[in-house]
Amino acid sequence: MRKMELKDIEVWDGNMAASHAMRQVQIDVVAAYPITPSTPIVENYATFLANDYVEGEFVMVESEHAAMSGCVGASAAGGRVATATSSQGFALMVETLYQASGMRLPIILNVVNRALAAPLNVNGDHSDMYLGRDSGWIQLDAYNPQDAYDLNFIAFKVSEDHDVRLPCMVHQDGFMTSHTAMGVKTLQDDIAYNFVGDFKPMNDMLDLDNPVTHGVQTEEDWHFEHKARQQNDLMTKVYPKLQAAFNEFEELTGRKYSMVETYNMEEAEVAVVCMGTSVKTAIEVSNELNAKGIKAGVVGIRVIRPWPFEKIAEVFKDIKAIGALDRSAPHGTVGMLFNELAGSLINSDSNAVLNNYIYGLGGRDLTKKHIYSIYEDLLANAKAGKLTTATQQYIGTRGPKLEFL
Amino acid sequence: MLEIRWHSRAGQGAVTGAKGLADVISGTGKHVQAFAFYGSAKRGAAMTAYNRVSDSEILNHEKFMHPDYILVIDPALTYTTDITLNEKDDTVYIVTTHMSTQELIESQPKLKGKKVFTVNCIKIAQETIGRPIPNTPMLGALLKVSNILEIDSFKESMKKVLGKLPQKIIDANMIAIQRAFDEVK
Repeated sequence: MRKMELKDIEVWDGNMAASHAMRQVQIDVVAAYPITPSTPIVENYATFLANDYVEGEFVMVESEHAAMSGCVGASAAGGRVATATSSQGFALMVETLYQASGMRLPIILNVVNRALAAPLNVNGDHSDMYLGRDSGWIQLDAYNPQDAYDLNFIAFKVSEDHDVRLPCMVHQDGFMTSHTAMGVKTLQDDIAYNFVGDFKPMNDMLDLDNPVTHGVQTEEDWHFEHKARQQNDLMTKVYPKLQAAFNEFEELTGRKYSMVETYNMEEAEVAVVCMGTSVKTAIEVSNELNAKGIKAGVVGIRVIRPWPFEKIAEVFKDIKAIGALDRSAPHGTVGMLFNELAGSLINSDSNAVLNNYIYGLGGRDLTKKHIYSIYEDLLANAKAGKLTTATQQYIGTRGPKLEFL
Repeated sequence: MLEIRWHSRAGQGAVTGAKGLADVISGTGKHVQAFAFYGSAKRGAAMTAYNRVSDSEILNHEKFMHPDYILVIDPALTYTTDITLNEKDDTVYIVTTHMSTQELIESQPKLKGKKVFTVNCIKIAQETIGRPIPNTPMLGALLKVSNILEIDSFKESMKKVLGKLPQKIIDANMIAIQRAFDEVK
């Protein structure tokens, strides 16, 4: 098997970054059914495999449902397993996502976030991410290609830990990250592999001396206990393991990740909360506002599941107005971030005024101008101590302004 | 922050050109970003690609930009799309065409009073690479007009970016880059 010499900084898009991380951790089985915009992840991986940079199996299947089913089988058999998908493919995978988490299989899924049809659209929004949020997976979010690379290592390390044994998704924005080339600081192959370490099977089906059963049926006698234990482990075991992995990664690379990322929040009076590339653009606006003496901060959600309740309450302690920016159509309610933030803050000391923005559906550009106007709303809300706008606004869409509640 | 917009047709190599440029500039220690609007993603469809170059980390991910340079690598797009969209007062245009700069401006009055340079990247590519792929020649023209990098070290870096291609094609690309560098007016 060959090793690859990487430059200290490679110009990679998010797909290439994710596929190199997958190469470096030496996955045993990738079962995949490619879909835009995640296609290059598994395509690149297949090339690495064909050129002897990886020892493993690439299984070409007939659908995303089969792709995740293949991953479930390979993971239960005792291998290190990963794949990638987007949008409609993710939607078709949903049934098997619940199988993977319920069977406690540490599969890594790179989700390149894309809109859901109809109308058909290949561009980036968070509809697929939101669709999978109750699926029992750990979910991490990348804001640029560097994050997409780094978070894959974190994902394998935490997911495969025997105290955790839960699958993990690494989300990145379709096109805005997946097809945007930027400098990525790399790890050499051995260093990257050793950070994650050898795969240690647990209850693997191919351990013929210790036969086990996977994928069993339980009715009202035991089903609830399985689900309760899964929730207990998500809520209590994942945070400390994630924090330990973030710490170890920072020691190795100098790159610091946190469950909730904060920028210009020490002095902030108002803050936007968002995910994906929007976090980075919002930081630029926040920097420009702070240079003018306007105390506007940014909060990025790094760990979507398990949702970091306590960190959220801590971060917003002294904030007067919060804007929750959701890149998915909530269809009949407020956005997920609004709901999660409200749930996190309702029993805390926070008196923050909270409102909701739906933006960027189907890849619609989120411009700095939009973010400036959001901060204007938030500053007005902070000053008034109550909502001065509707609870929910649609921004960046044609026609008369849409606002609700 | 330096911002560049490419006007191209899908299949002419604007994305490869933008990514190649980013790759080379990254090697000089600057921060880079390269992305594209794929539109309907059909070969021959009008599309745009973008570069950002900065001394510090690039945070901005909006697709919107006021470009410093606008590179047009298909001659007809000067007429069938608005290449002046979101321009600045000092935006520099480099347009591939068989016409002189003066003839081009007369044929497209929107370019009147702008900083416009012309070069025939299609002809250069056909005569050197043997295919009408005008992306690498445009990089040679951009270097001459912008002085963002020195031509010889650029060519050395570009050879590595094109590394997987046959040696003959790499050599032809180097000649194409140099010709566009010399011929842009």
